[in-house]
Amino acid sequence: MLAYEKKRNALIVRLSGELDHEAAARIRRELDALVADTGAKRLIFDLNGLEFMDSSGIGLIIGRYKLMARRGGSVAVFGSDARIDRIFEMAGLYQLVERLA
Amino acid sequence: MNMINEMRLDFPARPENEAFARLAVSGFLLPLDPTMEELADIKTAVSEAVTNAIVHGYMNHGGTVRLRACYDEGGKVQIDVIDRGCGIRDVERARQPFFTTAPGEERSGMGFTVMESFMDSVHVRSAVGQGTTVRLIKRIRLRDEALPRRA
Repeated sequence: MLAYEKKRNALIVRLSGELDHEAAARIRRELDALVADTGAKRLIFDLNGLEFMDSSGIGLIIGRYKLMARRGGSVAVFGSDARIDRIFEMAGLYQLVERLA
Repeated sequence: MNMINEMRLDFPARPENEAFARLAVSGFLLPLDPTMEELADIKTAVSEAVTNAIVHGYMNHGGTVRLRACYDEGGKVQIDVIDRGCGIRDVERARQPFFTTAPGEERSGMGFTVMESFMDSVHVRSAVGQGTTVRLIKRIRLRDEALPRRA
């Protein structure tokens, strides 16, 4: 599930439910259309509502990082729990993507 | 390993069955009274293995995934995720972090790393053209009141 709000140049995307390979494919399509439509320069993921995530989450966030970098923009995340952080850290995700408090 | 309970499930290699496989394994393990943490570890590993079977084993072209699970009196859980897909040419290489054969799909190549991190051990048996079996093992700490009874 995906909800969003636009604040100036930033698109804040709230993910909820379970983020696996199936969900990631759907979210990716929706998100890329949203970024194109809004012209957002900064993409911020709110992960507070995620109940489950596997390594598909890494692919989704790194993929959006690459997309935003090509547009001269950036990606940040917040609201991840310890388990999600552990998975992100395995891939060194926080070296690419800012983690907001 | 003296198994006291077991299950087997066959389902089509469709992405919507990733969630089903996680839930099926969780339900099967409930008599062991696992912690939320243990259950989440196992669900994550199962999700990775089933996704690999669908995306890599069968290359998103259907097929059947077989899930087998069992546990013994000591709380040792063993889960096999089996596909009859293309197989893995170089298992050691496939297990390396960031290795993926499907970069276009935004697969991170971290599936095996995640499985290894959340389970006690992960064994992979694969033959090109015949398929892959991923065996996931984890011991669940039994709480006194939750000792499983022999069926």
